[in-house]
Amino acid sequence: MKTLRSLCLASLLLSTQMGADWTQFRGTDTTGVSADKVPTRLAESIAWTAELPGRGLSGPIVVGDQVILTASSGFNQDRLHVLSFSAKSGELNWERQFWATGRTNCHPKMCNATPTAASDGQRIFAFFSSNDLACLDLEGNLQWFRGLTHDYPNASNTLGMSSSPVVVGDTLVVQVENDSESLAVGLDTATGENRWKLDRPISANWTSPLVLPGAKPADTLVVLQSSKGLVALEPKTGKEKWKYAENCSTIPSAAISNGVLFVPSKGLTALDVRAAGEGPVSVWNSGKLGPSTPSPIAIADKVYTVGGAGVLSAADAKDGKALWQLRLQVKLEDRTSGGQFSATPVAADGHIYLFNEEGVGLVINTSGEKGEVVASHDFKEQILGTPAISNGALFVRSDRHLWKIGK
Amino acid sequence: MLKRFGVLLGLAAGAAGGMLEVRGADTAPLIETLRSVDAEGKGGPAAAQAFQTLSKEGPQAIPPLLTALDGANPLASNYLRNAIENIVARTRKTKGALPLAEIEAFLKDTRHEPRARRLAFEILVSTDKANYDRLVPGMLNDPSTELRRDAVIQVMEQGNALFDEDKKDEAKAKYRAAMAAARDDDQVKTLKKYLEELGEKVDLPTHFGFLMTWKLIAPFDNTAGKGFAVAYSPEKELDFTREYEGKEGVKAAWVPTTTDDEYGIVDLAKVLTPFKGSVAYAVAEFDSDAEKAVDLRLGTPNSWKVWLNGKLLFAREEYHRGMNLDQYRMRGTLKKGKNTILVKVCQNEQTEEWAQRWQIQLRICDGTGTAVLSADRKAAPATGGSD
Repeated sequence: MKTLRSLCLASLLLSTQMGADWTQFRGTDTTGVSADKVPTRLAESIAWTAELPGRGLSGPIVVGDQVILTASSGFNQDRLHVLSFSAKSGELNWERQFWATGRTNCHPKMCNATPTAASDGQRIFAFFSSNDLACLDLEGNLQWFRGLTHDYPNASNTLGMSSSPVVVGDTLVVQVENDSESLAVGLDTATGENRWKLDRPISANWTSPLVLPGAKPADTLVVLQSSKGLVALEPKTGKEKWKYAENCSTIPSAAISNGVLFVPSKGLTALDVRAAGEGPVSVWNSGKLGPSTPSPIAIADKVYTVGGAGVLSAADAKDGKALWQLRLQVKLEDRTSGGQFSATPVAADGHIYLFNEEGVGLVINTSGEKGEVVASHDFKEQILGTPAISNGALFVRSDRHLWKIGK
Repeated sequence: MLKRFGVLLGLAAGAAGGMLEVRGADTAPLIETLRSVDAEGKGGPAAAQAFQTLSKEGPQAIPPLLTALDGANPLASNYLRNAIENIVARTRKTKGALPLAEIEAFLKDTRHEPRARRLAFEILVSTDKANYDRLVPGMLNDPSTELRRDAVIQVMEQGNALFDEDKKDEAKAKYRAAMAAARDDDQVKTLKKYLEELGEKVDLPTHFGFLMTWKLIAPFDNTAGKGFAVAYSPEKELDFTREYEGKEGVKAAWVPTTTDDEYGIVDLAKVLTPFKGSVAYAVAEFDSDAEKAVDLRLGTPNSWKVWLNGKLLFAREEYHRGMNLDQYRMRGTLKKGKNTILVKVCQNEQTEEWAQRWQIQLRICDGTGTAVLSADRKAAPATGGSD
């Protein structure tokens, strides 16, 4: 019981991210939830806008005073950019470029800069659809470079790849899964060398690894999702700790809150992983809560998903009971905007921040009995990337610009 | 090639530009360390150390680093590129002088690696934007596709200006020159439209080097995708007079075909039958005037294998994730005379409408995408092309 109690405590402590940094897809703890207070009036709170030298769907990350972002350019999307902006001013601190070594084919909606970068606070790991992976220090100095398609020549997807790597301790976990050659690697963050490499299901998969915190850092696991289910691994060794062998989605990734995983599987399935040594325990399942492209987000005692018709659904995290639904439509001067979402929602201070593919940002107040759109803003550019929250500000990237919302 | 920056040189550079970064390191072994990085992070830790030292060199290290990109593997190229970027950024920050004359000389020597020359060009243009207009006009037939892309834009714009002045013949000449130089499909499409509006016929198959004439045979069994790994008879012998027992008793015989698609797409479902769960083979012959290394560039939404003169170049299992021009690039060596290209094209059993494509598109070109044509390529027919 002591172990379980300490596990719960650790989960609670890590369930909302405090402090400045947002170091990977869905934040440092991969929950997408920040303890910060972020402006809800988007248009009035834009602090700066930065132009980008290329396209991108990757989300920004924030390390100290730096907002790190990737982009790709060129007729063949084979020029890779890693950019550091001042979080305070939006000025470009530095830019480094790379030549893609892997295939750059993508669906027109995607581009090479689709995965979100990650950081361990000292290094930046910039990953691209071409499976090129550059590690830089915070001043933009190259530490190492890997070309995972160069190394494993059939690891690519003609539609593009989107899985974002995660850092756990001194291991970077990267998922590269497709119809031809699928693998996951745990890389030494200092050298880029393989600590382990696993064969993964031969099937296209765009989901990202998730960090499952343990009672102490050494117990932290990383969860890989695929059409074959979930597998929890020791990050340092790649050793399997438990698995969940039901079909899972290959686009939205599982969310976590308080030791419970909310898995896009048979709609949405809640798995209690607090006694993970015994394997996950299925708590509930709801066929009505299946997410479309955006990953679900769990905040305190509720879980939220965005469905294919652009409807935000809220459910009780403990039993899956549907609470309310909200059609994510906004009347603009020239049209009604809604429908398609790719960006995964992020949350802060009782509000969910959603961005549709047309580039309209919506702020949903979730503190009442029903969700309510309390603000919106048309950024007038396609937004597919997941925003970051840091130091009370929201960082949003469109295909061509990066915005800071907040002081 | 050995770039030893001694103390004297360092002092001289320091006096000239405040470049106290010049450490006097022997850069050649450091560069070689970067060039030695290889697959799975091999050589990475040593390269990281060498990179740190090289990045602190003064701007004199830029030319040897650019030269080191010649023949460097793609991983090493990124280390070298970033060392150059670091030095350029720091030199600018400290108001030092870049060796612009040497960088320009490197750019103008077209024997160097095209991407390295593009990097040199970008250093020059980011130093002085006027360099763009000064340098680009001479690059219409540059070995670097990125450099020639800019030159094509310039010539297209000149053509547009002439067109607007109603100087149609002069505009056409500009468009024709731009078309001959264009390698990127977006530019080719635009120029084709402009030329055709002016009554000029454009032979896209010849421009790109698509193989138009093939012999096809099907169906061999690919139920559950298992045929991908099976070496059916065409992988063992190419006898176009033979017939084989195909899938479910269907007779498989060679069918000659010449596509009239301007992008060289051979529609197997149309020429043969839209067999599902089947393997087809396609064979093309290519008459080369000399032994030469070329790119074979394939587009297909199906699983495939490609052999050149019996040597397997690459194999890939992926079904219906899209088909693009130059989707897969393989390097091969043509022998002088007749060469045989064999493509195995596997169709799966998906029933969705978008999963019915069973097609290939293959072209032969050099590394910059310039068509390499068969010596016996015939003139293009009115509706397309031939080889």
